[in-house]
Amino acid sequence: MSQAQLRQTGNMPDINQRNADWYIDKIVQYLVFLSGISAIVLIVGIFVFVTIEGFGFLLEDFSFREFFLSQWWEPTDDDEPTYGILALMAGTASVTGLAMLVAIPFSLGSAIYVAEFATGKTRESLKVLIELLAAIPSVVWGFIGLSIMNPLIIDIFDVPVGLNILNAGIILGLMAAPIMTSICEDALKAVPDRYREAAEALGGTRWQVIYKTVLPAAKNGLLGGVLLGVGRGFGETMAVLMATGHAINMPGSVFDSVRALTATIAAELGETAVGSPHYQALFTIGIFLFTITFIINLSADLIVRGIRKS
Amino acid sequence: MASTGIIENQFIETELNVSAKRTENLFRILFMLMAGLLILPVLIILTTLIVKGSPIISFDFLFSFPTDGMTAGGIFPALLGTVWIVGVALVISVPVGVAAAIYLSEYAADNWFTRTINLAIINLAGVPSIVHALFGVGAFVIFFGFGTSILAASMTLAVMTLPVVIVATRESLQAVPHAFREACWNMGATRWQTIRRVVLPNSVSGILTGVILEVSRTTGETAPIMFTGAAFFIPILPESVFDQTMALSLHLFVVATQVPNVPEALPYGVALVLISMVLLMNSASIALRMHLRGKKKW
Amino acid sequence: MVSAAEDMTNTASVRDSAVKLEVRDVAIRYGSDTAISGITLDVKENEIFGIIGPANAGKTSFLKALNRMNDFNSEMSVDGEILFDGTNIRDVRNVYALRNRIGVVFPLPVGLPLTIYENVAFVPRLRGIREKAELDVIVERCLTRSALWDEVKDRLDSLGSLLSGGQQQRLTIARALSQEPELLMLDEFSIAVDPVTTMRIEDVLKELKPEMSIILVTNLVQQARRLADRTAFFLDGECVEIGDTEALFTGQVKDSRTTDYIEGRFG
Repeated sequence: MSQAQLRQTGNMPDINQRNADWYIDKIVQYLVFLSGISAIVLIVGIFVFVTIEGFGFLLEDFSFREFFLSQWWEPTDDDEPTYGILALMAGTASVTGLAMLVAIPFSLGSAIYVAEFATGKTRESLKVLIELLAAIPSVVWGFIGLSIMNPLIIDIFDVPVGLNILNAGIILGLMAAPIMTSICEDALKAVPDRYREAAEALGGTRWQVIYKTVLPAAKNGLLGGVLLGVGRGFGETMAVLMATGHAINMPGSVFDSVRALTATIAAELGETAVGSPHYQALFTIGIFLFTITFIINLSADLIVRGIRKS
Repeated sequence: MASTGIIENQFIETELNVSAKRTENLFRILFMLMAGLLILPVLIILTTLIVKGSPIISFDFLFSFPTDGMTAGGIFPALLGTVWIVGVALVISVPVGVAAAIYLSEYAADNWFTRTINLAIINLAGVPSIVHALFGVGAFVIFFGFGTSILAASMTLAVMTLPVVIVATRESLQAVPHAFREACWNMGATRWQTIRRVVLPNSVSGILTGVILEVSRTTGETAPIMFTGAAFFIPILPESVFDQTMALSLHLFVVATQVPNVPEALPYGVALVLISMVLLMNSASIALRMHLRGKKKW
Repeated sequence: MVSAAEDMTNTASVRDSAVKLEVRDVAIRYGSDTAISGITLDVKENEIFGIIGPANAGKTSFLKALNRMNDFNSEMSVDGEILFDGTNIRDVRNVYALRNRIGVVFPLPVGLPLTIYENVAFVPRLRGIREKAELDVIVERCLTRSALWDEVKDRLDSLGSLLSGGQQQRLTIARALSQEPELLMLDEFSIAVDPVTTMRIEDVLKELKPEMSIILVTNLVQQARRLADRTAFFLDGECVEIGDTEALFTGQVKDSRTTDYIEGRFG
């Protein structure tokens, strides 16, 4: 009996004919490719659109010196509007700086605890709680800054105003901490067990092992985590808007009210006319923010990836 | 380190050993406290919100309109608006995100181009929310001409949360062992047939985890929708995606900072509703993840 | 069971049958490493073609090239010509159809994470068969032929990926049989399977000979002797010689290394 006669499951496909399935596969390939490049398209798109809207300002009223070196941000002044963001940058920097001061040690400590010391149920619960901490929306944090931290700071430190760098700094620290903790935890877990085993074999205690072996080995990942936390702090909007107070000035102490770059855009955009110099200046701040966070994220990714290669 | 009884007696605690142990315990406690201090705020916040906000929570609160210049009444339009915005954002971002993840997991070669895509995803996730808002205004409100609308706000949010869906989907796709794909290819199945019949069905739960996470984040965002479609107060409910709407997250901002003479419990109530929704969804996502870890299919 | 007499007749007629697969001067490279080179051979219709040789001789790479699975590996390049039914496999317009007509079983068993039933119904469904009655017949036939039916007939809706190794290998074989392939390739299938089951499958292979061509890569030299009509000996990336199986095993070799390997002097 020939092979053909014995075949019972019909519809044997012809090797020289493209059927529907062949074409469907090709179509799907193109569709998913288009979706795949969407991320690139969007990132470029964000940069393009934000730049376009701010372009007018860059061409006409923008002066590099004034923008970056003047602390006078008075775009609504009728006679002589000024667009200096120095005070705003100082606001962002001081709040983010304090946030990092709070977050870095706590994140590192928590990460070390979760990755190296905690076991079983404690570890699982901690990780879950940290994840829930990360889920709290920015506007809720801002509200907490307004309603809980504000009176607390006024009471404890005996200052007239509780909406200041300290308030926003602590909140921002708590907001950035979860992501820093989880990345640092990943970095610590990525250190192969044989490092720990070798150190233990030499007679080290848990802490000595961590301090002398694991931490140095994980330092790239830890650095990356810190950078990402900084990036998060830099770009935070609502919480900072609600907790820093509304004074645009160069800060002298942690009890001063300031205004951050992000908050400025959020606070003023609604009151500008589309296309006006003020409107465009706000978009220009957006370009600046985008560029800074882009660089921070790029560096963080390069650093974190650097360790995965070695 | 395990030890038998006999050997243990042969090791005497030297002074060096004792002090090293003490240092270790100190640090262990220190780090444990640090972790605890990180968690403590969550508990304090939740407790305060519950204590101060629950008095105002009622069926009426959830299902009626704000009255008296938003100093009284309910939050229904804000709740509904959030549902609209999140829903439309999902409809846009889930298909694109899943497709992009399929590309990255099943088709893309490991070259510089793929690395660029991954970099773009990480950066997209790191763009400040206010810059997303600016993009939304420039692109969707103005350039595409949607005006301030649910559509513009949802698209802005979709762009912002796309990375979440992509990453979660990609991870669950990559968790499916490669051997399954090869077995299907060997039988003459196309890539798509393999994905449709074997890979995707076994990744659905992981994808769902990512989607729930996305919903949770979208619900809480304020800045991206502030200028693209969400308004402080609208007396009527939206009828189409081209209408403006109120939103829960923005409503919290409004009653906390823009409305005078608000009774203390009101903003706490709004915050409580918002945080409950978000934490509930996150917990669902976490629970789903844990449940999956137990169910082995291979 | 095929009797010895029938076996002899089959082998004789093989010499005169049509050629199913022509391999001309094929070389396979991974980057700059050459896995195999200079392979030229024919596989005829209705024959069992054995390939023996020590590990890393390039046998598995060879099989992968035959159904163009190298397409999925950018590192792997295939030179030379491979003709299936007279058509160069590089020129076929529908490569999936090619793979659909070639069944392959690798040493590592793979039970798909579908029900046992759906594992075997996978290819029939791809071909458009939807009727449950039809699928039932196919599933039972293939599982019976792969010596798995009796063990799983009462739990066809349990997951194929959770079966034992030996069962998964028989499931893999059942899947390959469900393709009703014109060419069935087995790469050291008995590694994952116990000796009794191996014998049952060997019997099935003999029964399948009238329906298809079979390439049997095996490290069990005696298995080649039992089953293969002709056998090729691969060593260090080249095909040392090809010949009538019985002849090779009785010392009528062109290269002494063949006898050395067969008699276990190295391996």
